[in-house]
This record gives sequence, structure tokens and C-alpha cells, in this order.
Amino acid sequence: MRLINLKPSRTNQLILALLPFVALLVAYALGSAARLADNPADKLLPALTSLADAVNRMAFVPDPRTGEYLLWSDTWASLGRLFSALGISTLIALVFGMIVGMFPYARALLAPFFAAVSMVPPLALLPILFIVMGLGETSKITLIVIGVAPIMIRDLALKVMELPREQTVKAETLGGNSWQIAIRVVLPQVLPRLITCLRLQLGPAWLFLIAAEAISADSGLGYRIFLVRRYLSMDVIFPYVIWITLLAVLANVLLDLLRIRVFPWSDLGKAS
Amino acid sequence: MIVVDNVWKEYGDQIVLEKVSLTIEDRAFVALVGPSGCGKTTFLKLLLGEERPTQGTITLDGAPLSPEPGPDRGVVFQRYSVFPHLTVLGNVLLGKEFAASRFRARLVGPARRAAVEEARELIAEVGLAGSETKFPAQLSGGMQQRLALAQALIMQPRVLLLDEPFGALDPGIRAEIHVLMKRLWNETNLTVVMVTHDMREAFTLGTRVIAFERPRNRPDERERYGASLSRDIYIWPPRRAGQLDPDAFADSPDRDDPIHEVGIGRDDPAPSPQGDPA
Repeated sequence: MRLINLKPSRTNQLILALLPFVALLVAYALGSAARLADNPADKLLPALTSLADAVNRMAFVPDPRTGEYLLWSDTWASLGRLFSALGISTLIALVFGMIVGMFPYARALLAPFFAAVSMVPPLALLPILFIVMGLGETSKITLIVIGVAPIMIRDLALKVMELPREQTVKAETLGGNSWQIAIRVVLPQVLPRLITCLRLQLGPAWLFLIAAEAISADSGLGYRIFLVRRYLSMDVIFPYVIWITLLAVLANVLLDLLRIRVFPWSDLGKAS
Repeated sequence: MIVVDNVWKEYGDQIVLEKVSLTIEDRAFVALVGPSGCGKTTFLKLLLGEERPTQGTITLDGAPLSPEPGPDRGVVFQRYSVFPHLTVLGNVLLGKEFAASRFRARLVGPARRAAVEEARELIAEVGLAGSETKFPAQLSGGMQQRLALAQALIMQPRVLLLDEPFGALDPGIRAEIHVLMKRLWNETNLTVVMVTHDMREAFTLGTRVIAFERPRNRPDERERYGASLSRDIYIWPPRRAGQLDPDAFADSPDRDDPIHEVGIGRDDPAPSPQGDPA
């Protein structure tokens, strides 16, 4: 039989999906054991037990100086920034994406501008943001918004323009004016795509968040990683990276479930 | 009455239609036929208001046609005519909701109940009773086109424009929807203009068949010579809306078709498990 026609069963699918993760874990354990055998004080690849120790220390033992549980306070600080930034970006993208996608005059006015703005490397603007807005939350949130919103606007405008011309004409023959067509025909159809677009922007959003926290913050996951880097505390950095990945994966899955739950019709077309 | 007076349509250097003059009487069922790329669909877009003629005028009951699509002209396309995010009922209600509420475009209270009542009647009329809560993606192609008809008809348009509405359906389903189309045209106050590739469909449904053709169609002439009307055939014996015997088309197979089956058709919802009373 040809390879393209061989399909794994459900069990095999699960096993295959787990395989790379297990392989990575084994490779790490072997590498760590080899290095520790050479030098018991090695800090680069700490043993799994020291990783567990670090997790325990960060998540379940209060910090002696502040009395806070550092992993959780870092997580809240980071998620607060991330979600406010993503919320603002989503709102901006929805409004401007629909305007640019629907109205030819607005498109002529704004599309080239957004196309240019989305090419500006946001990290290059970071110093300006810190100078203008100070080192507080505003500059970090603004960085994420600047990094994420223009791309979301362009993506959403394209999705609006991809709606079949027939639909708009049909809505017009049903007597709809521009506003009515926007809220009853276009908006409900782009909302599921907005969620998908948001999922795709989770990666860049985390990138900008960590970058901003690395440079200036007093809490947050990125801040902690870059702080303990000074002491070569790989036992803290590794769990933090895994935790960030987990959070991102979880947000991704939850957003997709939300889309299917709220817009059941958006999954019907794919099946048929 | 639609009067098309010496209409030309050009896109840049390309002349698509030239010297098109035509009078369509009220409650006619005009079928537009012709080879691909001869401007039938462009002509329909002119009637719809999606495109404007380069020269000439089109009037509806003496008044110039508004330059954008409006509720006086309903339309059904071959695809994408219904909204995938609305249920069957929602799709049919949409026109009513647009008319009722300028800003929210939603109906509430007794007005909504009345509109729902009307929509349900229309849904039953086109044979979709029982599917009110389904989304279009859950319907077959034929049922989607029935829904598109109901959605357009709730606005009670003066003119119904059909752009190859049944072209993507397979023959059995097409025959069933032809019966429906004929009945709707016979019973409502509609003037229908239909673009079709299917000659049989044109002659089965129409009161009048109009052919578009390019009189000069050599490659070096195509650019500068558009299509025009080449045939204008009134069906004999004449069919008149409102005067068709309901039984005549409810059970009249086309010449080459198998005999029309009585009872549940293949495009209808499945019969109840207890069996069908008929």
C-alpha cells in the first residue's frame, strides 16, 4: 500500500502524538545525567529532581522577601498585560478591519497606511515607548498592541473582502443599509475568523510581552526568566518556559472551543 | 414594466453589450439564454443595479432604475445566496428585520411573532417546513436554493432576478424545483428574469425566451463588438401568470423526463417512520 493511504488508528495516533514529547524528555534526562556524572555542580542541564525542587520553591513556598508565591504572582502579572493588550488589539482590529474591508473610501484612505505600519518592527519602537510612556504597564501593553493589531486589522479586512460579493448584493436586495449589513451580515461572519486570527497572534503577543518584561519590569514570567538568568538558574528557567508554553497552548485550545461553542455554524462548512 | 432602451455596457475598451432594447411586461417570465461570455449575467447585473449601463437607460414602471440594488428587485444566485451564519428561519426573517429596525436590525415582541408566522408560512410554501432551525450548511443544494427563493420572496419584490439559480443541481432535484418556481410565479405578483444555460429549463419555465449573441465573434473583433439580442421568442401557447391550472404543472413531467413520482421527492425531508399517509 502507498504511504499516503496508510492511516493510524486512534490509539496509534495518540501514541504517535506523545512520542516526540517523550523522546525530548528522555534526551534531556540522558544529557543531564551525563553532564552531572562529569561534574555534580553542573548548572546547564539540572536533573529532573532539581527541576521539581525549583517548581516547588517557586509555586508552593512563599518568597521570604515579599511573602508572595512567585510563580503565581508572575503569571498574574504577565497574563494581565497579555490579555488587556490582546483585548485592545481585538477591538481595534474588529472596528478598523470591518471599516477597511467594507467601505472602498476607507480602504483607499487606510489600507496603505496599515500595510506600512504593520511592517514597522515593534521591538525597534520599544525604547520610544519606554521614554514616552514610562516604564510602567502602559508601555508594555502598547508594545503588544502595536505588534499585533496592524496584522490583525489587515487579516480581518481581507476576510471581510473574501465574503462573497453575492451576499452583500443579496442583503441589499433585502433592504439592508450599510450599517445593518455591517452588524447583521458581516460582523457575525467575521467574529469566528477574528477568534482564529487572535489564536494565530498569541505567539507574537507572548514574544513582545517577554521582550518588554525582560527589559523593564518588577514581576512577570519574562522578568523572572531574565532575572534568574544572572545566576544561571536553569532549574527555574526550564519550568517557566514549559509553563508559558502550557498557558499559550491552553489559550489556543480554549479560544477554538469558544468559537465552536458560540458560532456552531462556523464549523459546519468545513465538514461538508 | 421594465423598459431597456438602447443600453451599452463597456468595461474599458471591451464592449460587452451593445444596442440592447427590450420591454418586459408585468408578470412575464423571461429566460435569457446564450453562449458563455455573451453578457447575459452582465445584463442581469444591470437590471439588479450592481452595474450601471455605459449608455442608454433602464426604467422600472417609468422611473429610472435606482443605481444600487434595492428591495424592489429580489435576486437568487447560483451560490452564496443564503447567509451561512443564520438558520433557515433567520435567513427568511432578515429582510423583515432590516425593514423594521433601522439601527438594531432586529425584531422583538409581537412584531417578531407576526414576522415569524409569515416566514414560517413561506418556508412551508417552498417545502422546507421542519427545517427552520437548521443552518444552510446542513441543507442540500436544492434546499438551499428553495431557501434563497423564500428569503427573496418575503420582501414581495416587483422583480425577481435569477442568475443560473438551478445550474448546480442534479436533474431530479432541478425538475422538482422547476415545479415550485412555476407555482410561485403563477401565484405571486412577480416579474421574473432568469439567466440560464439550460435550453430546456428556459422553454419549460419561461413565457418568453431571449437569446444573447455576439454578431461578430472573430478573435480580432471580440473586443470592439458586444453582444446583442439575437432571438426573442414568445412561448406558444402563451403562458400567463395567474391563469395556469395548478394541476397542470404540479404533475407535468417534461417531455423526456421520467413520469413524475407522487409523494415525497428526493429533495424533501425524509418520510416519517410510521409511513406516509399518501
